[in-house]
Amino acid sequence: MSASAAGLADLTAHELAERFAAGEATAVAATEAALERIRATDERLHAFLTVTGEQALADAAAVDAARRRGERLGPLAGVPLALKDVLVTKGVRTTAGSRILDEFVPPYDATVVARLRQAGVVILGKTNMDEFAMGSSTENSGFGPTRNPWDTSRVPGGSSGGSAAAVAAGQAALGIGTDTGGSIRQPASLCGIVGVKPTYGLVSRYGLIAFASSLDQVGPLTRDVRDAATLLEAISGHDPMDSTSIPGTPTDFSSRLEAGVDGLRVGVVEELFLEGTDPGVLARVREALDRLERLGARLEPCSLPSFEYALSAYYLIAPAECSSNLARYDGVRWGLRAKDASDVVDMMQRTRQAGFGPEVKRRIMLGTYALSAGYYDAYYGQAQKARTLVLRELEDAFQRFDLLAGPTSPTVAFPIGERVDDPLAMYLSDVFTIPVNLAGNAAVSVPAGLAEGLPVGLQLIAPALGEATMLRAAWAFEQDLGLGARPKEVDL
Amino acid sequence: MTAAVAEEVGARRYETVIGIETHCELATATKMFCACPTAFGAEPNTQVCPVCLGEPGSLPVVNARAVEYAARIGVALHCRIAERSQFHRKNYFYPDMPKNYQISQYDEPLCVGGWLDVDVDGAARRIGITRVHLEEDTGKSLHVGATGRIHGADYSLVDYNRAGIPLVEIVSEPDLRSADEARAYAEELRAVLLALGVSDAKLEEGSMRFDVNVSIRPVGHAELGTKVELKNLNSLRSLHRAVGYEAERQRRVLADGGELAQETRHWDEGAGRTEPMRSKEYATDYRYFPEPDLVPIQATADWVERLRATLPELPAEQRARLAEATGLPAKEIGWLVRDPEVLAYFQKVAEGRDPRVVAGWVMGELQRDLRELDHTMATNPVSPERLGGLLDLVAAGTVSATAAKDVLAEMFSSDASPAVIVDRKGLAQISDTAELEAVVDRVVAANPELVDKVRGGKRGVLGALVGQVMRETHGRANPKLVNELLERAIG
Amino acid sequence: MPISRADVQHVARLARLALTDEELDRFQAQLSLILDEAEKIKRLPTEGVPPTAHPLPRVNVWREDTPGPCLTREEALSTAPEVEQDRFMVPRIIEEAP
Repeated sequence: MSASAAGLADLTAHELAERFAAGEATAVAATEAALERIRATDERLHAFLTVTGEQALADAAAVDAARRRGERLGPLAGVPLALKDVLVTKGVRTTAGSRILDEFVPPYDATVVARLRQAGVVILGKTNMDEFAMGSSTENSGFGPTRNPWDTSRVPGGSSGGSAAAVAAGQAALGIGTDTGGSIRQPASLCGIVGVKPTYGLVSRYGLIAFASSLDQVGPLTRDVRDAATLLEAISGHDPMDSTSIPGTPTDFSSRLEAGVDGLRVGVVEELFLEGTDPGVLARVREALDRLERLGARLEPCSLPSFEYALSAYYLIAPAECSSNLARYDGVRWGLRAKDASDVVDMMQRTRQAGFGPEVKRRIMLGTYALSAGYYDAYYGQAQKARTLVLRELEDAFQRFDLLAGPTSPTVAFPIGERVDDPLAMYLSDVFTIPVNLAGNAAVSVPAGLAEGLPVGLQLIAPALGEATMLRAAWAFEQDLGLGARPKEVDL
Repeated sequence: MTAAVAEEVGARRYETVIGIETHCELATATKMFCACPTAFGAEPNTQVCPVCLGEPGSLPVVNARAVEYAARIGVALHCRIAERSQFHRKNYFYPDMPKNYQISQYDEPLCVGGWLDVDVDGAARRIGITRVHLEEDTGKSLHVGATGRIHGADYSLVDYNRAGIPLVEIVSEPDLRSADEARAYAEELRAVLLALGVSDAKLEEGSMRFDVNVSIRPVGHAELGTKVELKNLNSLRSLHRAVGYEAERQRRVLADGGELAQETRHWDEGAGRTEPMRSKEYATDYRYFPEPDLVPIQATADWVERLRATLPELPAEQRARLAEATGLPAKEIGWLVRDPEVLAYFQKVAEGRDPRVVAGWVMGELQRDLRELDHTMATNPVSPERLGGLLDLVAAGTVSATAAKDVLAEMFSSDASPAVIVDRKGLAQISDTAELEAVVDRVVAANPELVDKVRGGKRGVLGALVGQVMRETHGRANPKLVNELLERAIG
Repeated sequence: MPISRADVQHVARLARLALTDEELDRFQAQLSLILDEAEKIKRLPTEGVPPTAHPLPRVNVWREDTPGPCLTREEALSTAPEVEQDRFMVPRIIEEAP
């Protein structure tokens, strides 16, 4: 592997764009470098489920040709990207991390995928994930876990672990994940990269294999904040195919990135500094908050008691919606079908039994129970009311503050296998990220240094459609901290 | 017999209580939640897309026209249109339901609390409407096996063309009391839907379907008896027969000292009876919750007012207006109003003409010809202008009513005007007195015995003489004139 | 509030999951634990608080009744495990639709 090729694999998208524009590198070279990195590292990392190398090189060549013709190209044209296998790609295997869709080839593209292609992005392939996005470690994948590039005995976080690991390891400059209870932010935190959960409705869900419809959002996983802003711009905006899509949204998140944080009112959420948070995480996050203050932000403590109930509410709402969303996987129209069934009900039951992993089954069971006759009001109904309380509390907080801050995750990356048999412990990983999904706000996780050699993330929470504010704060913080060590080929 | 149908069961008088749930496919160009076409009879699985197939990742988007049509139905049925209504998911597994949930409405439907006035053999009955709501239709299964029905099938084949077509569910209060009332309600509801133009309401194509709940209870009791649901009623005739049969069956069960089971029964048209369907092993729990992929419907007062203001004339109003304008008997008016195309046709022909004469022709000869020549009003080649022209010729005496029937039949295969056809076929009525007098004289001369009988007081025999004149003139003599001339000749 | 084994079996049937006895036992324990967590939200002051079905305060999102492109029949059937007569083939259906 040539030195320059290796170098290309570790560049950010905006750095690549500069090289492309200056004629110093081609999209094909960047794609080759990415594919080479995948070849060298993915047997160990297992970030990818499907690599579409040939198509990627063809797409890259098309971008190079367009550039040579003098066409005006966007900032992401020719940049390699890792796509979480939860978005449908026409003609390309899409599994949602599940054996029940092991050989599923969708007949259509997700809107996000169409927009990425329009932007000239080079999609390298589909990345590993917790099955149907249910999990916080990517250990629930039907195809085996992904490993954290910082320490391959540890998890990369989940459910977007594959995309996060790919970006952190230099397999792709950009990643796309989805966040329902923290599944972009938490892996970003554990892998030392930037992850954004956009405002609910900002990014189209058409073609996103649904987990919890009122919580799911698609978002960027990138090496730095500038890339996150640019990628978010490329994928966001109204989609008539998605009734929950926000109309007429402003899509400029990057032009005022450098505006600074002077005078920005930041609320430090007390409930996010729970007992049980790693001391190393606490230390890095407090340092990060001090840094923000030095940069001109005005920090004050802020209490949001409803955050304590958010986890319970989430663990009733998300499974309820998922139990309904996953009913369509029954062996009739696509995916796995159990053989030698005595009748269609037998076929459906045995197909789902064979195709779903234990975590998915558990959540389907919980959700079905929460919705069933006699229990609706006590569980699902009550959870939706708790959700209103969270929403209102956050709205009130945003009267006093421009942003809220805290750790993204209570711990750094934990060892593979440590939590798999303890679902409650696994669920607690989501404690800091869930409230934002319930309320529909935006949030970003930005690297805040290392603790015990493993990445820690700072979470900034913005009001709905407040992405520009949170990204400029994240950028200011990131620039001041300095882009730190990357895992490189260390430990691979 | 109209209102409460009461019969003796043992020592008690029982009445039948009937409620009807109508599912009606809306005549929109596209499906409820996607842009697929809704045309009936397309090749299997050619009118489908990721949304109506429920492909992973697909999302629904509401068809504005379907909402408008459903609200119009609500307004026409005097319902309150809910200020805020929501879609809910109705969760159950079945192969013809791509998502294994149906997007429907649960406790926040679009329209609630209305009524429909129904005429049952001259008696007016107001039937309550509980609610009207929107939902999506399922796909269609072909059962491959001995009988083509589910029982005994080896496997099934599913076509999703119909999946996602907009459906409106109209639920009546259990206010109906007899098979006659049930049928009258169904017919009136159908007429309303046709007048609104929101559905083609073709029972034979399944664009209108009925599920009927039948129970019986002692007269005077407020509580409802054990409810039996009847399915597979795909014509008004089956509806009528099935309800009648079931009410009787329930009485027999109780009279024999048995107990009625709350169940769903299937109407067997051939055998003429209802049969129990295989009972479910487990209760169905639909686990309704608000559809998270769709936002609520907000109906403003303005919007509802605009719908009300632009409602077309409904059958009840049409009947009232026709009764006043034409003096036709209620039964004939009822018939004319049932199909908007028939009504429009009738009204055009009746402009400036005697409505009773026009009604007679439209309901009689025209209907007969349409049926025999395999037409419907939609394909009727006889324009209102041409029929009107023919009726004018009859009124003017140019052609006899009898001969005009031949002319009408001819107009199905020829687009010539009635006058031209009369001429071509030599059917012009003979009204020339001199010409007819000659024939009359001949007939009188040839039938002295009949003439004597008439003179002797047997006026009825005159008809035979008229008949002879008609025969000699090949049916073309003006019958009125013939009568006059014969009277004069006989004395 | 503990979940009974019968409840778990009933729920498995509703969800069309053919669980093993071992899974039924495991889920019975785990679901009970999780539902205990959920008991917490019962104590919240939700009197008069409306439920949030989604965080987006929109209404009346509709589309015009204009036909759009469909999948071809080949595309539609391309994912089917079994096809016959251009339809999706399923093993015999025993129960009528509810």
